[in-house]
Amino acid sequence: MIEPFIIRAIIAGVGIAIIAGAIGCFVVWRKMAYFGDSLAHSALLGVALGLVMGISTNLGTVIICSIFASVLIWLQQKKILATDTLLGILAHSALSVGMVTLSLLEQSVDLHSYLFGDILAVNSAEIYFILFGGFFVLIFLYFNWSSFVLMTIDEKLAKAEGINIVLYQLLIMLLMTIVVAVSFKIVGLLLITSLLIIPAAAARQLAKSPEKMAIISSLLAVLSVAIGIFSSLYLDTPSGPSIVVVSTIIFITISIFSFLTNKNN
Amino acid sequence: MTSLIQAKDLCVTRHNKTILENVFIDVKKKDFITIIGPNGAGKSVFLECLMGSFIPDSGNVKRKDNLSVGYIPQNFSPESSMPISVERFLTLKKKFTPQELLNISKETNISKILDKNLANLSGGELQKVLLARSLLNNPELLILDEPAQNLDIKNQLNFYNLLNKIYKIRDISILMVSHDLHMVMSSTRKVVCLYHHVCCSGEPQTVAKDPEFISLFGDDMAKMMSVYQHTHNHSHQEILND
Repeated sequence: MIEPFIIRAIIAGVGIAIIAGAIGCFVVWRKMAYFGDSLAHSALLGVALGLVMGISTNLGTVIICSIFASVLIWLQQKKILATDTLLGILAHSALSVGMVTLSLLEQSVDLHSYLFGDILAVNSAEIYFILFGGFFVLIFLYFNWSSFVLMTIDEKLAKAEGINIVLYQLLIMLLMTIVVAVSFKIVGLLLITSLLIIPAAAARQLAKSPEKMAIISSLLAVLSVAIGIFSSLYLDTPSGPSIVVVSTIIFITISIFSFLTNKNN
Repeated sequence: MTSLIQAKDLCVTRHNKTILENVFIDVKKKDFITIIGPNGAGKSVFLECLMGSFIPDSGNVKRKDNLSVGYIPQNFSPESSMPISVERFLTLKKKFTPQELLNISKETNISKILDKNLANLSGGELQKVLLARSLLNNPELLILDEPAQNLDIKNQLNFYNLLNKIYKIRDISILMVSHDLHMVMSSTRKVVCLYHHVCCSGEPQTVAKDPEFISLFGDDMAKMMSVYQHTHNHSHQEILND
């Protein structure tokens, strides 16, 4: 007999894995890993906001992460400090303000589960949030795929062919914001980036086209999340790190496999 | 003759610096115009204004109705993190028949590399692929931003020969930014010298002899020009290293 919370965790996990795998390809292609990490750090402030205002923590995360991305783009335009400096300042100040706010709250908060993920934390409302958010991200990617890919290959070429670069940059950041907001409960804030980049990096070695890379990446992410959640249940380990360990094993296996087959060719 | 693009009085100022000042151009049917000028002269911004992807502060750009333009960007170097074949890259956001793809692949000598990964191509191959992609909509005007910048001398020659062949065969106009003075000056096309404003324009040989040209373009250009004028007994090394 499978407990309802396990079914919820599996549905949520698979939903998250599919979108994280696809968006993760753009994170790898556009070198946005540090951006994703910073976004996830700032999400803790979103959790605090959600609790203080009495709204859902997912919504709080979407709000804070969107503000984070907007402030970053605005500061980038100023061109006074390098992007990684700006990211470091924004991410850690948001994380710290979030931590301080959480510790001032009267209700007790399980910080550990926010940082490293907890499958027990997923409730029915969040399932809908994940499925709706995931559906939105996938539909959006599907209809704008060529534009996103062309812009990723060369921005000047895309611009000359009539693609609005700034708009699409904002959209990719918005999509990442949604991924962070829907997945932090299961994967944990500190580990979201790995769910974005490890399956995509593994898929790169198997795929011959951007579309196939996205599909393989999603499949590998689903595999990692599913195995990770079950091992988390049976070994009583935190879910986020369990998922990352599985995805790392998959990555290493594929790397060795692809190294050996390339050598034989 | 009909104008494809006519630009007048283009002005662009950014961060209190003048980038373009009263720049003008008239690109007609079957023109082959090369824009030359030192780095930071506003050449790329000028091209973007002509294509409509950059709005100048003042001035106007008149394009012929339904003008189709092919474009080759500067410094094209795709990342190896994305697996994408040459053929898939060509078809991204482009509509054409398999026959057109076949013809253009032959015309630009890329039939053999269609299955290759874009990131694994050499510089010369990449430029040919970009040329093929820009020709897919059967453009009336080809705009190239320093197309041979990262190529060695042999590949530069190959690329310019290919471009000349396309210019002769097709009913096409070409507008190009180039630093390759030895290539530009050895032919008899129209040259426009740009340094925030149009310094001079006309036949390459006339422009090269213009003493005003050297004084207007400062030391950098004067040096490059003097190298050009002695190309018959000196090497091209200085230009290549520039």
